[in-house]
Amino acid sequence: MIQIKQLTKQYGTGGNVTTALSGLNLSIDKGEIFGVIGHSGAGKSTLIRCINLLERPTSGEVWVGGVNLTRLGKTELQAQRRKIGMIFQHFNLLSSATVFDNIAYPLRLTKTPKAEIERKVKEMLSLVGLEAHSHKYPAQLSGGQKQRVGIARALASDPEVLLCDEATSALDPQTTDSILKLLLDINKRFNLTIVLITHEMHVIQSICDKVAVIHQGGIVEQGPVAEVFLKPQHEVTKEFIRQETDSGEALRLAIAGAASGPSRAVKITFLGTKTYESILSRIVHETGVNFAILQGTISTIKETPYGQLIVRFEGDEIATDETIKKLLEQGLDVEVIR
Amino acid sequence: MLGLDFSQVNWNEIGTASLDTLRMLGLSALFSFILGLPIGVILYMAARSTSGWVRFGYGILSFIVNILRSIPYIILIVAMIPITKSIVGVSYGVIGTIPPLVVGAAPFFARLVETALNEVDKGVIEAAQAMGSSTRHIIFRVLLPEARPGLLAAMTITIVTLVSYTAMSGQVGGGGLGNLAIQYGYYRYDTEIMIIAVIAMIVLVQLLQMAGDRLVRRFTRK
Repeated sequence: MIQIKQLTKQYGTGGNVTTALSGLNLSIDKGEIFGVIGHSGAGKSTLIRCINLLERPTSGEVWVGGVNLTRLGKTELQAQRRKIGMIFQHFNLLSSATVFDNIAYPLRLTKTPKAEIERKVKEMLSLVGLEAHSHKYPAQLSGGQKQRVGIARALASDPEVLLCDEATSALDPQTTDSILKLLLDINKRFNLTIVLITHEMHVIQSICDKVAVIHQGGIVEQGPVAEVFLKPQHEVTKEFIRQETDSGEALRLAIAGAASGPSRAVKITFLGTKTYESILSRIVHETGVNFAILQGTISTIKETPYGQLIVRFEGDEIATDETIKKLLEQGLDVEVIR
Repeated sequence: MLGLDFSQVNWNEIGTASLDTLRMLGLSALFSFILGLPIGVILYMAARSTSGWVRFGYGILSFIVNILRSIPYIILIVAMIPITKSIVGVSYGVIGTIPPLVVGAAPFFARLVETALNEVDKGVIEAAQAMGSSTRHIIFRVLLPEARPGLLAAMTITIVTLVSYTAMSGQVGGGGLGNLAIQYGYYRYDTEIMIIAVIAMIVLVQLLQMAGDRLVRRFTRK
């Protein structure tokens, strides 16, 4: 659906050039929710704004739905942009227009008949649950409601792609979750491709299928969320995940702290329904090894449950080896830390 | 009190002068808005252009606007006499005051328009671009509606400024309340008429400002 090839964006001229993106490549499939995570200044905002050419790339190509946007003239680009919805951190609604008129805006651009506008706006209002607020002005709405209007406006023209520029960063945690739920619902219902950028791992973990980690203008790691989240390779990714799982110093001390006998610290990762099975308990029962839980998380990635335990096995070498072997046989991922 | 006697005042003359002032105001404001609004929009758009040539054009237009704004109005009236004659045929009376009033007020209004447009949230314009709006759409469906309270305030300020400009036009035989005040009050020491003319102008400014403020409030959605 979206291909980004060798995308470079530089700001400034002459000797005062800053490079926001350098030779970035990215491919996003139809119907997936693709998350881009990065710190502020990493280039993620520039990246998403390059997808609909709000920022003109210095070099490289941007293909959306089989069309090379970077090659288009002004009017052709305007026509293509109507197939790409976008929502923003600060909503960017017309303050002088009612909720109805905001949602009708993209439809009026294409000279849609009045009755059709009426029908479509009503449909969008019920999709985002704002039927009762049709004649209000944005200033009369809460942040979450404003973002719902933003979503309704972005979807009114039946786009193929929805770009979300930090769409939940200005919202409180509950509202964030309700907006994320709405996005996931829309993605399923319309098979809509969603690209979102965020600095919160929580957002990626809640709804994304794939994730790319952006750092200093380049993608340092990407893949299915479960893979990247459970086995991060790059330091920046690990940092984002640490913020989410809140480990760090305390864990390091726990791992370093010696047990009375021979011991080994391992990280066990459960994915899917295995998360809720009593695998570990059964196996240690068989092998006679004791264990202490140093850290543990049971949660979900998108809608898939996962668990990650860091445990210290206490027992003789052979029994511990046997335990690890049996865990691996059960299809769990085991990584020996120490 | 103060030895003033209002019984001798020629109210007919004051009525005529008031009407003249209103006509000058109405016509000059109308043309100032018609000219100033597009100039303001052009200034706003040109300042944001990615093309170097357009931004160069902005520099020139901006310079012209600044020159017109820095000429004291009383001098502008005199300097413009030949141009005024060639446009409306005469350089005196109500009609003769319109060209200098417009040339004096339109650049002022254009700057106020530019400032009002600058106040429009950049994010909203960006959202409109992302939705595939053309430049025309952005001007007429985003910029002008979003800036409406600011534009109404700019109109109010301009029209109030025009009240004092029309009074200066009195100096060169423009007619109206300002003319009356100067003719009677200054040249004939007829203080009563001067006071009435001044009060009439104060009332006029008050009414205009109140109406303007009310409109601004009516269209403010923030």
